[in-house]
Amino acid sequence: MSVIRSEIRPGAYYDSVVLMQLQRALTELPGVEDAGVVMGTDANKELLAQVDLLTPEAQAAAADDLVIVVKAESEEAALAALAQVDELLKRRRSKASQEFRPKTLESATQFLPDAHWVLISVPGRYAAGVARDALRLGKHVFLYSDNVALEDEIALKEEAAKKGLLVMGPDCGTAIINGVGLGFANRVRRGPIGVVAAAGTGLQTVTSRIHQLGSGISQAIGTGGRDLSEKVGARTTLAGLDVLARDPETRVIVVISKPPAPAVAERVLRAARATGKPVVVNFVGYTPTTPPTGNITYASTLDEAARVAVALVQQVGEDAPLTWDTSAFAAGQRYLRGLYSGGTLAYEALLVLRDLLPSLYTNLHMEGVAELSNPMRSEKHTIVDLGEDVFTVGRLHPMMDNDLRIRRLHQEAADPDVAVILMDVVLGYGAHPDPASELAPAVEEAKEQAAREGRHLEVVVTVVGTEDDPQNLDAQVMSFDAAGARVFTDHVAAVRYAGYLARMLDPEVGTVPVSLEAFHAPFAAINVGLESFAESLQAQGASVVQVDWRPPAGGNERLMALLAKMKGR
Amino acid sequence: MSVNIEQANAKAVEQMMEARPVLVGLGTARDVIPGMRDGLLLHAGPPITWERAGGPMRGAIIGALLFEGWAKDEKEAVAMMERGEIDLEPCHEHQAVGPMAGVTSPSMAVYIVENKTHGNLSFSNLNEGYGKVLRYGAYSDEVLERLRWMNDVMAPVLRDAIEKMGGLDIKALIAEALHMGDEGHNRNKAGSFIYTAKLAPYISKVAPNTDVAFDVIKFLGDNALSVLNPVMAACKAMADAAHGVEGSTVVTVMARNGTDFGIRVSGLGDRWFTAPVAVPKGLYFSGFSAEDAAGDIGDSTITETAGIGGFAMAAAPAIVTFVSGTPEDALHATLEMYEITTAEHKYFTIPYLNFRGTPTGIDIRKVVETGITPRINTGIAHKDPGVGQIGAGLVRPPMAVFEQALLAFAEKYGFGE
Repeated sequence: MSVIRSEIRPGAYYDSVVLMQLQRALTELPGVEDAGVVMGTDANKELLAQVDLLTPEAQAAAADDLVIVVKAESEEAALAALAQVDELLKRRRSKASQEFRPKTLESATQFLPDAHWVLISVPGRYAAGVARDALRLGKHVFLYSDNVALEDEIALKEEAAKKGLLVMGPDCGTAIINGVGLGFANRVRRGPIGVVAAAGTGLQTVTSRIHQLGSGISQAIGTGGRDLSEKVGARTTLAGLDVLARDPETRVIVVISKPPAPAVAERVLRAARATGKPVVVNFVGYTPTTPPTGNITYASTLDEAARVAVALVQQVGEDAPLTWDTSAFAAGQRYLRGLYSGGTLAYEALLVLRDLLPSLYTNLHMEGVAELSNPMRSEKHTIVDLGEDVFTVGRLHPMMDNDLRIRRLHQEAADPDVAVILMDVVLGYGAHPDPASELAPAVEEAKEQAAREGRHLEVVVTVVGTEDDPQNLDAQVMSFDAAGARVFTDHVAAVRYAGYLARMLDPEVGTVPVSLEAFHAPFAAINVGLESFAESLQAQGASVVQVDWRPPAGGNERLMALLAKMKGR
Repeated sequence: MSVNIEQANAKAVEQMMEARPVLVGLGTARDVIPGMRDGLLLHAGPPITWERAGGPMRGAIIGALLFEGWAKDEKEAVAMMERGEIDLEPCHEHQAVGPMAGVTSPSMAVYIVENKTHGNLSFSNLNEGYGKVLRYGAYSDEVLERLRWMNDVMAPVLRDAIEKMGGLDIKALIAEALHMGDEGHNRNKAGSFIYTAKLAPYISKVAPNTDVAFDVIKFLGDNALSVLNPVMAACKAMADAAHGVEGSTVVTVMARNGTDFGIRVSGLGDRWFTAPVAVPKGLYFSGFSAEDAAGDIGDSTITETAGIGGFAMAAAPAIVTFVSGTPEDALHATLEMYEITTAEHKYFTIPYLNFRGTPTGIDIRKVVETGITPRINTGIAHKDPGVGQIGAGLVRPPMAVFEQALLAFAEKYGFGE
């Protein structure tokens, strides 16, 4: 036989929700069959009556009174339940505080706006979709997932190239960015050696060896195993080389991959040459057809690659590393114009620039460089040797007479497409007695003229000579410097500086340069997939947000396909 | 077809947020609601027939027939409905909204809300308070008597008071209430206090005598849901401002009739996408359980549609216990809704989230992609007519309505194969 007991607490106000919770807690107590906890309003009393819980005390309660009614199997159970009311009211849920996990990449970026990187390790069939989202949000991608379709890889890397973003992978097991290891990575020292690797364990082996040999890693960029295939065309490797070329912390570069497609290997070697930095290449089990020249060294094993790189670091001078900044240029400025007085120097400039710039023209002859139809008129990127016969008919050589160069300088400076002007100034006996006295004011004026028209003109001058020359090297350098020119005494450095500027500005290059910011800012990332990746990033002191990822549209292929088309539209 | 969904959605949500709904007065449904006529009842949710209607909806329909005097008793009312003599149309097809059954008949007094920014009007019936009420399907004499008093005594006083005060800005009221612990759907305590406090001085001026003034102010003040209906009409005015933007995937209507859950989408015209409703999860009043619950019902989901209600849970931690959660769960509820919405509200903000705007403008693409359906706070009705509210809790719409809408959108705008 059930027993009903009630308790009235005058003037005790509780929010109805608290009361409903108390009621639920009471019904869960042993021996309790039903319970009612309400304020004593008429409507509530009616409710109690409907379920046969209205006791005479409850009936007499006022609207401000708390009414507690318990129906139990025995008197003891009912009273025991009532005795627990205070305890139950005090009870606070002590559920462990759990941080909110964003469900989508988009909202994760709001939690960590500084994240430059997205790590993706979801199942392959979904990975491309997540990577597309990451690129749409302007993030670099570390794509650990495998089983990503080849056409997706190509599309992702093309999209990334248009946006100045890097896609490492798919099937990229490891990378080291700004000292932080991604995926499977070893703890290695920071240092002057940058690595681009299409082989995950290759990258781990080389970076570990470099560490063991006492040196360290600036950045280690993974590309995924298919990057050096014919179809993918080394898009990430080339972008990675471009990053390491411009990265002032990287003094020596190591390139590692499994055997690449031959045509692709040549393209990679050209880009490696263009970096101007010592590059150690190890295409495991593949010997390039071109012999190693200039800054390129071949290594036949991973260990050798590491050794050679460490040795090369010792040989590299401690010159201030070059840095590039394109922010001052106006939209549309993109071309380089080289106005040379020295034929050999012009030739050397072409050698460097033909690996860096598309649509390069000259009035000299060189394989892979187009010839100007009219030497008086520059086209796109142009290196013109003003010492050629066509220019010196009836006048002195430009080493002695600055007039022709000054006129050409103004002609180039007036072209709104021009961003960089490259010049040589050769000192010595027989040359003009003070070239800076005429050329420096012309440089200054050309820069001012461009500035008046809203442009920035970068003038890069290489001065060849010594301090004992009649013109005095130092005095000449100071004059050009004062005129606002960027002055070099190392010609190749000057050409690389000018060439990379133009490369970063020319949309015809087909890739927007990857900003170095993502490599130098404190590492922050969004992790989609394997939680252990997020944990290891945290352990390294990096900021990371884990996305609570689910297959889009519950994995429904048709809806997924529609959503992909409707995104970012 | 080239359509920029992002731009369209930005425009739709901008219009939703920039709408300024002001309560401008009251009128009789037949005089003010477009298309209202004798022989027509408006109801909550997407279209419904008598045959498919559940208990609370049927009860409310019977009550409305009695209230109008179209039927003399329950039996005659049921017979009339079975013979198809009375038309049923959704409130939403007449710029109107109603909580729970939402049944609105031609003679009922309704609130008139005007969106001062875009000029559109919206309407809702008056809140009856708790206990046995028509909106939960009750139609006893006391229910009808209260309705008559509301219509004949309270409504003229409210109308005169609101007109005398020059209208009441409901958008400002919602923004303020969100800072006082309301979320605008299940908790309207603060909003109702503000509402009563603002109206009381004018009621004292316009009421025919102090007894009426006393009764009206007490009725408003005793009812923590007094302001729910004007708030819903305001949300309707804001959501309507976002409707009809070509290429937009933003939801402009979510509503339930106890049998089906229906949505409409800004860029998909007046088409409803419907699927069977769920039964809410929540806390039940003593003696009741989920077995007694009716299917999800009411137009009050217009609040979530406009970026408050369940979406603003983080502003109302006091009621999170409806789903036996913690204040932290309330916070997470709001954070989760940011995943499926287009914008953060410019005017409705949440102090605890450092005054971040509420998640506003549900995007069907995001719902389908994430599998996260909108979170709705709701009252729970007894499945039998006339019993009334038996609890409150949380419910989510069926995913099917968003999937259908997405497919229809893809077809209309040429995203299909």
